[in-house]
Amino acid sequence: MTSVTYHDVRFLEPAKTRNYLNVDYGAFSWLFTKDHKRIGILYMFSISIMFILGGFFAMMMRLELLTPEGDLLTSDTYNKFFTLHGIIMIFFFLIPSIPAVLGNFILPIQLGAKDLAFPKLNLLSWYLYMIGAFVGLLVIILGGVDTGWTFYTPFSTQYSNMHVFGTTFGAFIVGFSSILTGLNFIVTIHRMRAPGLTWFRLPLFVWAMYATSLVQLLATPVLAITLVMLMIERVVHVGIFDPALGGDPLLYQHMFWFYSHPAVYIMILPAMGVASEVVAAFTRKKIFGYKFVAFSSLAIAFLGFLVWAHHMFVAGISVYSAMIFSFLSYFVAVPSAIKVFNWTATLYKGSVSWQTPMLYILGFIGLFTMGGVTGLFLAALGLDVHVTDTYFVVAHFHYIMVGGAVMAYFAGIHYWWPKITGRMYPEWWARLSALLVFAGFNLTFFPQFVLGYVGMPRRYHAYAPEFQVLNVMSTAGASILALGYALPLAYLLWSLRFGRKAGVNPWGAVGLEWTTNSPPPKDNFHETPVVTWDAYDYPAMLKAMGETQNV
Amino acid sequence: MTAVVHGDDEHAHHPFLQHQFEDLGQQHEASILGMWMFLSTEILFFGGVLCAYWIYRVMYPQAWVLGGEQQNTLAGGINTIVLIISSLTMALAVRNAQLGSRRATVAMLIATLFFGSVFLGVKGFEYTMHWREGLFPGVHFTWHEVPELAPKVQLFMVFYWGLTGLHALHMVIGVGLLLWMIWRAWRGHFGPEYYGPVEVMGLYWHFVDIVWIFLFPFLYLIPHFGVHHG
Ligand code: HEM
Ligand SMILES: [Cu+2]
Repeated sequence: MTSVTYHDVRFLEPAKTRNYLNVDYGAFSWLFTKDHKRIGILYMFSISIMFILGGFFAMMMRLELLTPEGDLLTSDTYNKFFTLHGIIMIFFFLIPSIPAVLGNFILPIQLGAKDLAFPKLNLLSWYLYMIGAFVGLLVIILGGVDTGWTFYTPFSTQYSNMHVFGTTFGAFIVGFSSILTGLNFIVTIHRMRAPGLTWFRLPLFVWAMYATSLVQLLATPVLAITLVMLMIERVVHVGIFDPALGGDPLLYQHMFWFYSHPAVYIMILPAMGVASEVVAAFTRKKIFGYKFVAFSSLAIAFLGFLVWAHHMFVAGISVYSAMIFSFLSYFVAVPSAIKVFNWTATLYKGSVSWQTPMLYILGFIGLFTMGGVTGLFLAALGLDVHVTDTYFVVAHFHYIMVGGAVMAYFAGIHYWWPKITGRMYPEWWARLSALLVFAGFNLTFFPQFVLGYVGMPRRYHAYAPEFQVLNVMSTAGASILALGYALPLAYLLWSLRFGRKAGVNPWGAVGLEWTTNSPPPKDNFHETPVVTWDAYDYPAMLKAMGETQNV
Repeated sequence: MTAVVHGDDEHAHHPFLQHQFEDLGQQHEASILGMWMFLSTEILFFGGVLCAYWIYRVMYPQAWVLGGEQQNTLAGGINTIVLIISSLTMALAVRNAQLGSRRATVAMLIATLFFGSVFLGVKGFEYTMHWREGLFPGVHFTWHEVPELAPKVQLFMVFYWGLTGLHALHMVIGVGLLLWMIWRAWRGHFGPEYYGPVEVMGLYWHFVDIVWIFLFPFLYLIPHFGVHHG
């Protein structure tokens, strides 16, 4: 039993040993793997396909919106495209993204564990994901669905004769995959920490994943049961949510958003976790206010459950409940702002190095802040009534989901790529892609704030001519963004063969994942590590390294 | 979390120790916590429907009274008692597994299986009666005693079939798990060191019972505490 310290690992060359990638080969060794690292990679592969598919629908919409007339897509097709785009991006890409890929791969290693608590369940959740996604994709082939990703009744009951059943069923199944992942993480974090790894020594990514998992566990079943009721309603034609049959459409919205607002935190909390890791690693400092950042994740998860009806201000809820939900929505801003302040405070006087993960995270911090602040605008009743269902809302949620969550996902992929594959990605190209994504993103979505504010409604394929200039800007930005996203696909694949060998700890970062080989051995560590240091103890590490050099 | 760490070589490998765990204690705690987490998901799953159920009860009180009157309270009552007894036998099975008495464990598990099956049998009987009476929602719904309330009574029946169906599904899964546990107990897998699976099974079984304890008054006893609007 040895405890690993910083100075020795920094210079430890990866022994030429077996790792999780070369222990065995062949399709079956992947399809029946119980190794969390391989399952993470299976997820990475699957959600990348989804991202490309969702991106395709987005690009088609943006091309349609280049001109005011509806000339490229009929309005029916446009309706299907935004629906499929939304469903794919949210349920099949973004919700699994950081948890199922990076969480799966990194979390057990950060805990010093050999695997998640329930490896078979983990594999099962990937299969559920695949089955759900397959059902969802089948719907596209069969003719699509046009209700919007929210499946609002009575669109989804009376007016849509399309494949609402199939799509909701797909989302239902994927929901269980999400629940099982969350369950696995919670148990793993509670029960599988290495000796010495107390709660307040945990990396903030772990705290973030913990909070995320709680939301997955407690919110997703409500969506599941809501979708079941919707399916029953469509099959037996009894009014549960359909007003024409005596059902209550508002109840549907309440139940849908009871999940789907917290779901926003399933998307953003992991992103915040990645941000904390990256900020610490590239400023070589302890995260300022560690405990505040840790507890703010839990606070966000909790408060996230209390604000759902801010999506329903104009749907006919009473003025009083609207006021209460508006008021509560402001509270969520507090823990979110705490995080942003703490990251910036960490940056202050840090020796910031401008590697790609850091660039992505700086983008994340800026764009998330924009998304958050415009979220506060929307939480204000008066303004929301003005901009509901306009492009202002579209811009707002893309700032959070794409500018925030997707940026952080890319940051995390770059940050942990050396660990996952054992290879470095090409830094120059990666920086270029980070810049393209940032520029392209702003050009795509900033004009949409203006468009929405001056009244362009969402979900139409045609618009008034005076909106064209801003729409052209947005489509141009989308093209740059697409390029920015395509680049990593190319150079990351390239790096698998030609990338420089990464070594144990290419960033000189602290954290258990940086004490084991890259790629890690099948059981993650050759010996169970014993943790004797606090999270982000860069000062101690720098000191230790100085001492080794003095020797 | 155990404080002791073994090097790889000193592992005294218990045949049921999974490789990701350091020792049986850790494995046990993880599986118990896992089941609790699963149950918390389940609470929200059932909670979602019950919430919808309750809202419609407030909206359509008379229909809910009528719906409740269609239920066979005697059958439901018997089932409630049967399930409570099965919870007792389940608890005894866990206790015996922990004590390592193989025969008693198997006996108690079989008893639980028996009561679980009785429950499902009675439920099946009720379902058959409802079906015959035209109380299955959809095209088969032919109940028209109070025509103007029939659609709402049908909504009640949607909740009835949905909730009890979901519960019955859980019972069927429970019966499957019981069969597996009986087989394992018979093979002598359990003892003071290792009885986690039976305990986890027990948690699940008690939970399914408790769900019924909520469903019974909601779906059967409503008329007796009905809302009496003029
Ligand atoms: C992971 C990334 C993304 C997520 C999670 C996401 C999510 C969504 C959602 C939920 C909607 C609403 C769909 C609906 O109204 O039913 C939407 C709409 C839309 N998104 Fe995205 N999106 C992402 C990326 C993008 C990108 C990169 C672009 C542009 C290149 C884009 C362009 C659009 C457009 C044009 C709409 C339609 C707005 C409307 O007509 O209402 N999205 N997106
Ligand atoms: Cu919300």
